[in-house]
Amino acid sequence: MREITIGQYIPGNSAVHRLDPRTKIIVTLFYMILLFLLNNFQGYVFPVAFIVLASVLSGISIKYMLKGLRPLIFIIALTFILNIFMIKGRILYEIGPLDLTYEGLYQGAFMAIRLVLLIVGTSLLTLTTSPISLTDGIEKLLSPFKKLGIPAHELAMMMTIALRFIPTLLEETDKIMKAQMARGADFESGNIIKRAKNMVPLLVPLFISAFRRADELAMAMEARCYRGGENRTRMKELKMTSLDYMTYVIFSTIVLGALISRYLW
Amino acid sequence: MTAEIIAQGVYYQYAQDNNLALKDINFKIDKGEFVAIIGPNGSGKSTLAKLLNGIFVPTKGEIYVDGVNTASKEDIWKVRQKAGMVFQNPDNQIVATVVEEDVAFGPENLGIPPAEIRIRVREALEAVELTEYAHKAPHLLSGGQKQRVAIAGILAMKPQCIILDEPTAMLDPVGRKEVISTVKKLNREEGKTIVLITHFMDEAVQADRVFVMSNGQVVMEGTPRQVFTRVEKLKSIGLDVPQVTELSYQLRKAGIEIRPDLLTLEETVDCLCQLL
Ligand SMILES: Nc1ncnc2c1ncn2[C@@H]1O[C@H](COP(=O)(O)OP(=O)(O)O)[C@@H](O)[C@H]1O
Ligand SMILES: [Mg+2]
Repeated sequence: MREITIGQYIPGNSAVHRLDPRTKIIVTLFYMILLFLLNNFQGYVFPVAFIVLASVLSGISIKYMLKGLRPLIFIIALTFILNIFMIKGRILYEIGPLDLTYEGLYQGAFMAIRLVLLIVGTSLLTLTTSPISLTDGIEKLLSPFKKLGIPAHELAMMMTIALRFIPTLLEETDKIMKAQMARGADFESGNIIKRAKNMVPLLVPLFISAFRRADELAMAMEARCYRGGENRTRMKELKMTSLDYMTYVIFSTIVLGALISRYLW
Repeated sequence: MTAEIIAQGVYYQYAQDNNLALKDINFKIDKGEFVAIIGPNGSGKSTLAKLLNGIFVPTKGEIYVDGVNTASKEDIWKVRQKAGMVFQNPDNQIVATVVEEDVAFGPENLGIPPAEIRIRVREALEAVELTEYAHKAPHLLSGGQKQRVAIAGILAMKPQCIILDEPTAMLDPVGRKEVISTVKKLNREEGKTIVLITHFMDEAVQADRVFVMSNGQVVMEGTPRQVFTRVEKLKSIGLDVPQVTELSYQLRKAGIEIRPDLLTLEETVDCLCQLL
């Protein structure tokens, strides 16, 4: 579990790190849309330029970002292969009943690159934004939709608490696992069904403890005068700076260039 | 001196329970006083603590915190701000993923302006001597440090009174010492009223006054010396006495004349030396 690097926050103080989380979320959203608007290979120059720029400014190497692809390599390969064989067109090669077409090759490569750019580009957000500022940003961005019944503050609080308790619960899982193993429990051998069955003595105490924790935490929060988002202030207020406005200008240029490229190339 | 906390004829009954968890509790705690509450498991200590800051309201009777009735719906947030509460399990009361954010949680709930919150957070972390941990993740701290973060989180709300429900029960000896010396410092230097629930007698000895609870009632009350010299009574309730008090009790039973009201190690050593 520890090898997964996509999206793990790398603390830093670069220009990208210092951006308002809202800016980074908005840019990431538009970046995703942009990727799906591009219709030819040449257009990828723009997202690639975006990633290179972000990498230089944030001090996070492209190599590191690509490392995050490793757990997803299977999905990317599958996308490529499916496209190669599913698309009809000029046949380059025949493998049994399957036709390898020129159009398939083109489309497969196009889709695979799109996926790579999508993963790398979006991982930039979480690589450079701490979980707290991310939740703060989401809360602020969603707050205009409160009137539509979207519980912005509650969602953000839930995310914060989840983030806070993940390490605690992992530690606890480890402890229970060791305790049960000392009593002869076996979590590693057998087929899937047997293994799932063996997990029961792990999950039951874990759930009981999680509910007790939730109960106590709720009481502790109330004791500290928590009463929802109403009238609540924040120690760290989000503020857009000239850095953010510059980012919007540069990013808009990239988007514009990409849109024009649809017609030029 | 004026009273910080007043309990008048307080009864409490849990909804799904036929027995009374608290019966006819009456006391006054003065401003700046350090009170320890001891009592066997199930004697109602935690229930009482939760009544003191308005998490529960008395089934019968009244509790006043700094003149505010805890049962009054409009003033409930005032009560909780005045009487902060620290719980037993440090893991289950820390909300945020960064120490300073957690300390800020209380003042944020009170709607304090950001600049003021920053000052309070800094001061609170200084008071518990955790300034250099401001940007750390709470789960990386030791138990004693986590419990001090919890205390800082209460301090940042500027309470007059801090109620601690067995804050050291889950800590190692080092952590226990850290927490108790922090609590004593807050009492001495900042004049905070302290209500410390504990099952460690050596902690209770350090208070100005000790309440002993049994079966939902306060059955004994007095200075540590007054309370702990009544060894037989304490034992009949199912409580221990501090080790040195036990020692002098046993010595006296064996016919050796020694002061019955020994509480600290130094006193005892002195006394024993005189005997020799
Ligand atoms: N949530 C609850 N519901 C019902 N009964 C409870 C609850 N919490 C505590 N009690 C009962 O109230 C009594 C006092 O409990 P408590 O205040 O937790 O004691 P202490 O903290 O001294 O160990 C016990 O008899 C206990 O069983
Ligand atoms: Mg208790």
